[in-house]
Amino acid sequence: MTAVSIRGVSKQFRAGITALTGIDLDVEPGEFVSLIGPSGCGKSTLLRIIGDLVQPTAGTVEVNGKPANRARRDHDYGIVFQDAVLYDWRTVAKNISLPLELLRWSRGRRDARVDEMLELVELSAFAKHHPWQLSGGMQQRVAIARALSFSPSLLLMDEPFGALDEMTRERLNAELLRIWQDTRSTVVFVTHSIPEAVFLSTRVVVMSARPGRIANVVDVGLPQPRTNATREEPRFFELVTQVREHLIASGAPLGDTSTPTLVEEPA
Amino acid sequence: MSAIVQPVPVGIGRRVGRHALDWIPAVIIFALGIAAWQGLVVVFHVQDFLLPKPTSIATAFWHDKHVLWSEGVYTFKEALGGFALGSGLGIAVALVFAAWRPLGGVFMPYAVAANAIPIIAFAPIMNDWFGLLNPFSKMAIAALLCFFPVMINTLRGLTSVHPSSVELMRSYAAGRARLFRHVRIPNALPHLFTGLKVATVLSMIGAIVGEYFGGPTSALGVSILNASSYGRFTDAWAGIVMASAFGILFYALVAMAERLTTSWHPSARAFRSE
Amino acid sequence: MSAIAVERPGANRGLGALVRGVVRAVALVAGLALLWGLWEGYRWLGMRGQWTWPFPVNETTMPHIHTVLRAFDQPLQPGGPPLRHYLFHYALFTGKEALAGFALGALIGFMLAVVLAHSVLLRRGLLPYIVISQTVPLLAIAPMVVVGLGTKGVQPWVGVAVIAAYLTFFPVAINTLRGLLSPDPRAVELMRSYAAGRSKVLWRLRVPASMPFVFSALKISATASVIGAIIGETPASLQGGLGYAIVNFNQYYSIQPANLWATIIVCALLGIVFFLAVVVVERLVLKRAPENFA
Repeated sequence: MTAVSIRGVSKQFRAGITALTGIDLDVEPGEFVSLIGPSGCGKSTLLRIIGDLVQPTAGTVEVNGKPANRARRDHDYGIVFQDAVLYDWRTVAKNISLPLELLRWSRGRRDARVDEMLELVELSAFAKHHPWQLSGGMQQRVAIARALSFSPSLLLMDEPFGALDEMTRERLNAELLRIWQDTRSTVVFVTHSIPEAVFLSTRVVVMSARPGRIANVVDVGLPQPRTNATREEPRFFELVTQVREHLIASGAPLGDTSTPTLVEEPA
Repeated sequence: MSAIVQPVPVGIGRRVGRHALDWIPAVIIFALGIAAWQGLVVVFHVQDFLLPKPTSIATAFWHDKHVLWSEGVYTFKEALGGFALGSGLGIAVALVFAAWRPLGGVFMPYAVAANAIPIIAFAPIMNDWFGLLNPFSKMAIAALLCFFPVMINTLRGLTSVHPSSVELMRSYAAGRARLFRHVRIPNALPHLFTGLKVATVLSMIGAIVGEYFGGPTSALGVSILNASSYGRFTDAWAGIVMASAFGILFYALVAMAERLTTSWHPSARAFRSE
Repeated sequence: MSAIAVERPGANRGLGALVRGVVRAVALVAGLALLWGLWEGYRWLGMRGQWTWPFPVNETTMPHIHTVLRAFDQPLQPGGPPLRHYLFHYALFTGKEALAGFALGALIGFMLAVVLAHSVLLRRGLLPYIVISQTVPLLAIAPMVVVGLGTKGVQPWVGVAVIAAYLTFFPVAINTLRGLLSPDPRAVELMRSYAAGRSKVLWRLRVPASMPFVFSALKISATASVIGAIIGETPASLQGGLGYAIVNFNQYYSIQPANLWATIIVCALLGIVFFLAVVVVERLVLKRAPENFA
């Protein structure tokens, strides 16, 4: 059973913008798949379609063999945005326990899991802090801990490290890989950083400019575990070059042609 | 941008008051101001009944402190009753409008425009309806004055939620009620308090000015008006001082409640540092 | 930052805006009709049931709405001009006082804010008082000021304009200051890199940045000026304004309740007109909708 199965998905917004056309993609359990493409190519929209936060105009999406809608109701995935979206009025620990409260876990079970997650992202010392007291990188780690708190098999991430500086980003990349392997989850990761995509993924999906379609898929055969040393290997550079050339070939313009990715008002 | 601006911008206390030294200019200005007032009145031989000396006001205040206090309490009760009634209604209506968004979206501009109506003009009607001597007539005015700022600010707080936050809750398959409880309502608290602080000032005004249109002699507004009609300006100013004291106290109480319940809120809109 | 925005379908397109305008107009009519219905309904029930709580319902306390509207056309004195003639002139009178005070207060408030924006010392000295003044019931001294100035031989309408100016001054000063200090320090640095002196920085950066703040204060002050003018007129020595009309018609309320209600309606309209005037100017100057509902 595939983790995510996308067939013929298209998305047209009411303003007449075609974000996606004819997307076919399968993600196997345990994979780490990156979606990369120029700004405005619809990769964030595609991620939201997988998460049933946006409805496709055509095509079907199945997560864990169920329709995306069922999967969302069954809490099959956790999502991390570029903005950590933590609640200022809750402590770090309470932010992580939010989904667990919604799932009506018992107090004891919640507290135990929160402690586990804090250890996983190495923020145990900050349990009682408030989000604004943490740096951007730390906030994202809390967001990741929250997304994984109920052990979903699928993790959707929308440029989660986009707002961070390069060094923090590389460090969090390594941590994310560690967490991915510890939890054995499937990850669909949106980014516009080529090195990040190659470093993290088992496969990199290159998307074309709007209207977005899948231009190419690159298998990243680098061995695990990947470290900073991996970034300096010749094979890494070859793969980065390969992805870049696919991007250019798919019509990625030299400038930024982004229009805001459009999100529909939730009902 | 808010059409209902909070009277004291968030963070102003922290910025200005952090060091005792920061207060020195303010204290100096205060002393200078009082001295100048006193001096000008004396030097220009301004008659006491036109603009009394600060010392005369202080004397009158001290002399009448018991009466002023009981009058102040009477008026404050009217303000408090109106504050509670108007704010309660405002919060309730805001919740309704936030739950049924199309309704709120359509009526919001009208609520903002209705806020521009001089509600105080209804004071004589309230007296006619409930009776001059009935404190409820002033409470009604205060309530009307408090309703709109509280409603508008609370509604703004309930609806100014980061879209990603709504998406996050959807990803948890959390329905509307839980979205309200976990996201919208906590998010609205700072805005609610902005509205409540404006309401404290307005409720005092409603009570006192409402009394200018008629009320029992045990009320502060009536006493101030009588004093000024008979030319006893010193007494009138003493009454104003008492009214201001109650106003500041009321505001401070709500501000303190705000500090306690929303201490998590970063003072995002603080004045830029010098 | 995230390139995600919330789309409002058809938000800026002609047809969508037209539809929304029509919906708004219909909603206004529906809302007014609803209020009319509530009033008449309560009146009918109250008179039938002879309710005395919370207040007695009879022809005096709750005249028919159409009675009130008809009163506009009826002469105050036999053979004289109709009520609306008087109310119009009263409104004009009060409006002029309010406008004069509003303009003066806004100007002084703006200038003070510019001064305070450039002097840390003055800020520290004066800001606490400006802040405190926002919490004090300023309106309470309105009649006193008018009477007091009157005894010094100052024309009553000037006193009222002073009240309106005072009520405008503080919100404008405090909000303008906030706006003047709002630009990112990096924006200021950019201006400096162009060798722009303090005056250029002020007029090309700070003042434009402060416009939204100024307008939100002006919207409050517009209303406050009208209220201040009305209240300031209530010591009955000042003939010719809406405040006088309220006091006067209130005295004769039991005989002719409709007149007082008509006056209140005119007061409401005056307040709304002032407010809308500022909204219109804001839209022209800022070229954006002043109120957004997310």
